[in-house]
Amino acid sequence: MSRNGAFAIAFHTLFVAFMLAPLVVVMWMSLTPANLLSLPTSALSLRWFRAILDHSQFIDAFWFSILLGFLSATLAMLLAVPAALALARHRFPGREGLVALFLSPLIIPHVVLGVAFLRFFTQIGTTGTFAGLLGAHVLVIFPYGLRLVLAALTTSDPAIERAAISLGASRWTVFRRVLLPLMIPGVAGGWVISFIQSFDEVTMTVFVATPSSMTLPVRMYHYIEESIDPLVASVSTVVILLTFLLMAVVDRIYGLDRILVGKG
Amino acid sequence: MASARRRSAPYLLSLPALLFFAALLVTPLVMIAGLSFQAFDLNTGRTGGLTFGNYADTLGDPYYHAIFLRTVGIALATTAICILIGAPEAYFLSRMRAPWRSIFLIVTLSPLLISVVVRTLGWALLFGRNGVINQVLAALGLASSPIPMLYTVQGVVIALVHVAVPFMVISVWAALQRLDPKVIRAASSLGASEFTVFRRIVLPQVVPGILSGSLIVFALAASAFATPAIIGGRQLKVVATATYDEFLGTLNWPLGAAIAIVLLAVNAAIMLTYNRIVERRYARFAQ
Repeated sequence: MSRNGAFAIAFHTLFVAFMLAPLVVVMWMSLTPANLLSLPTSALSLRWFRAILDHSQFIDAFWFSILLGFLSATLAMLLAVPAALALARHRFPGREGLVALFLSPLIIPHVVLGVAFLRFFTQIGTTGTFAGLLGAHVLVIFPYGLRLVLAALTTSDPAIERAAISLGASRWTVFRRVLLPLMIPGVAGGWVISFIQSFDEVTMTVFVATPSSMTLPVRMYHYIEESIDPLVASVSTVVILLTFLLMAVVDRIYGLDRILVGKG
Repeated sequence: MASARRRSAPYLLSLPALLFFAALLVTPLVMIAGLSFQAFDLNTGRTGGLTFGNYADTLGDPYYHAIFLRTVGIALATTAICILIGAPEAYFLSRMRAPWRSIFLIVTLSPLLISVVVRTLGWALLFGRNGVINQVLAALGLASSPIPMLYTVQGVVIALVHVAVPFMVISVWAALQRLDPKVIRAASSLGASEFTVFRRIVLPQVVPGILSGSLIVFALAASAFATPAIIGGRQLKVVATATYDEFLGTLNWPLGAAIAIVLLAVNAAIMLTYNRIVERRYARFAQ
């Protein structure tokens, strides 16, 4: 292919600057030594990072989000793997309907899901419980995990499984020796993307979270609603750095572009 | 026996997920739809009875008209800008050389994985009266007074573009990957200029990617909550923030439910119409 011209390179540079600008500003401002938000130019300070330690609300919310993301991603994958096996390896009546249903949380506005969960949990008396929040998160992240497992299964050749069966392997052996190794990258990638989706979800969670069950993004949102100060910038910086760390790990074991762009 | 088991296998495998969806998706949605037809007593806060009043309020009140129009307008503007900057960026990315291509693909898409609240905070810091953009403009002597960006529709659109444009890049990128480089080489060897190759070969094959990307971007922008709430403030209401206020502010749940159902219906209608247009376009390309 031909090379990009000067215009393309200029456009690309501006685009990358646009994408990174808000992140850079947050990280830069979190290093301010002043009491108010300002771009530090002469001196840098870590005082607002030390201040996080005095605000247990953010630390508690952080661990709550980690636990919620861990459990909901695991549960979502436990439900998604058998469903993906059914959808990828079988043709049956109602298959298209199932696919549409399982992917529908992607296209239903999260606000609508938020109010629906709020009403539902109030009616059955599980408002503010961890179980309720967990169920809501599993539902919202389920399609992400399902898609990656499906992609891993559909790009592999079913003829390998038929060959294994014709060579005398039992169904269990086929699953353990053929299907499982094929699925592992999709399951691992699906788990990570599910965890990130759960950790970042705010639109739906803001409706069902209560002060005793508050995720980090919802806690930050309520804090920003009141006031924007350097503390929330330093908390954000920690979130950005941890996300980059997680992405680096994922890139090592699976390939970040495969998760983001979804090549099988 | 074996064939019966084989036939029931897919149902058994998908049963846990299906039951889960029935309990946690279908039931809550049916309940919220039911709630939207209940009357609300402002004095006692009780709900009950059967009424279309909430829909009459939502669809007839100029206050809600303004909110719905603003939401659709913001979503349309966000989609248009995402097409204008996301599609060329995906094209330029696809023409890059080996290490740069995947490096910049990750740089472009990684903000996707960072919390929307964090990214919106970044825009709030850039946009404020004493924010970074106004400070830079003042330092360069380009603006005599601060340009208002926080609490404006433009500000909300810019922040939403940042949230949604990676999805456009992904869609267009995926469409470009299906492009056969041999066809491009053939066209060039037959004397087509670079512009002709782009217009006659690249563009028609990328259009489906742009269309499916716009669908995602539009849905995302139309139902966004945190970004319009933080950048738009209390004055600039969109459907998502108005629903939040009805549910957790004034506690008029039936009215909030009606607004949510209308949002769901408008969203579904736009998506279906769009899908129909896409299919028609596909049919034209097939000829």
